[in-house]
Amino acid sequence: MKESLSLVQKLSAHPDSRCWFVSWSPSGTLLASCGGDKAIRIWGREGDSWICKSVLQDSHQRTVRKVAWSPCGNYLASASFDATTCIWKKKNDDFESLTVLEGHENEVKCVAWAPSGNLLATCSRDKSVWVWEVDEEDEYECVTVVNSHTQDVKHVVWHPNQELLASASYDNNICIYKEEDDDWECRATLKGHTSTVWSLSFDAAGQRLASCSDDRTVKIWKEYPNESAQGDLSWKCICTLSGYHGRTVYDIAWCPLTGALATACGDDTVRVFKEDVTADPDQPVFSLAAQMTRAHNQDVNCVAWNPKEVGLLASCSDDGDISIWQFQEED
Amino acid sequence: MSGGTRLENANPVIFQRSGERLLTATDEDEDVHDPIDDREIFDLIRSINDPEHPLSLEELNVVEQIRVKVNDAESTVGVEFTPTIPHCSMATLIGLSIKVKLLRSLPDRFKIDVHITPGTHASEEAVNKQLADKERVAAALENLSLLEVVNQCLSTRNI
Repeated sequence: MKESLSLVQKLSAHPDSRCWFVSWSPSGTLLASCGGDKAIRIWGREGDSWICKSVLQDSHQRTVRKVAWSPCGNYLASASFDATTCIWKKKNDDFESLTVLEGHENEVKCVAWAPSGNLLATCSRDKSVWVWEVDEEDEYECVTVVNSHTQDVKHVVWHPNQELLASASYDNNICIYKEEDDDWECRATLKGHTSTVWSLSFDAAGQRLASCSDDRTVKIWKEYPNESAQGDLSWKCICTLSGYHGRTVYDIAWCPLTGALATACGDDTVRVFKEDVTADPDQPVFSLAAQMTRAHNQDVNCVAWNPKEVGLLASCSDDGDISIWQFQEED
Repeated sequence: MSGGTRLENANPVIFQRSGERLLTATDEDEDVHDPIDDREIFDLIRSINDPEHPLSLEELNVVEQIRVKVNDAESTVGVEFTPTIPHCSMATLIGLSIKVKLLRSLPDRFKIDVHITPGTHASEEAVNKQLADKERVAAALENLSLLEVVNQCLSTRNI
């Protein structure tokens, strides 16, 4: 079997700036990007190519670090260094700013929607993770502030089908949260990385979590049945991918359709790993299936698999570009 | 620049500045491939102002040419800097100034790593981690008052 990554299109998305993050809409038809130019751009396909459909600006005063689509695809949330999170509502072909969530003391680093669409999580350099509840009137209320990390929180991600939240931090740890009597609590702290954990991605079933770090490794964590009586969750590191990445690994994406694992690295390379299906599930083996060295002219900040189109991968970089790739497996 | 507050290191040892770089015939020849070398990087950072003293980082021996490692072919630059005292609270600011100077001067292809000389600062690991975190560096440079201080360190001094 032979795998390859081929370039579909390169887009100059945030010229003279950084492109920090890209996110596919749930239907896979739109791609949102954000960057150091304080703008959000929405990309859609026209004919064979991807073009900019709208530009969302003037809402954030500083860098827009990450964007996230609601599970219904009608809302977009943007997290900014200006300490706010903006909620945008899709209206026909355009987006309007619906509300601004305030409360974090400084830079908001990430935002994520729960699979139900009723909850939103944000995290910040102020070391906290906030959970917000959304009602039918589009009103947002903060229901919990959790301070389980001792440093800057870089990333938050929800479990694909349960109300379980994970966060990654500059304190080298990962925390997993669950709701307990209307309060969200950290129920597991995953220790193992030796430097900043930049990003996280669950597999399709949500039984495993992949993490990537400044320590240049990727770790795979698996949930095991509860052993303690306290009701804490038990997650163990079952695999470490080391020796592949030349610099910090900034992002990781586990494809829900194929199980392929993509990484974005500070050595300008996009890599795709495949799991050996014959290996022991408690000791999985991943091997490098394809890599694109100099995928970008500078650090790769984000990788995102299209949720509907098999093998379609978007990446973005400090050079301001977005690249769309096709990952192919040939028998 | 310290605004009348007490200096952390009131009497620093002052070092001699190095001479001007000697130009050779090939330096002026546009047809000769001329990779960026350690001395060129050192020239970019040696006249950065110390945040506390009216002296350059070279005069305080905070930067030295032997602690600059450039690999033009691999597009990497590593700089180690030595704070004047092990508890210097300005260490992060000095490192940030070096990083910003190189980010502004070098082509985008370069990966720039700025570290404290091993064993010369009490919070070496924490300062190194912060300088290596490009997200925090980006956020710091959006802070206008901090940016102003960095720009002062990078401004040309008239003696």
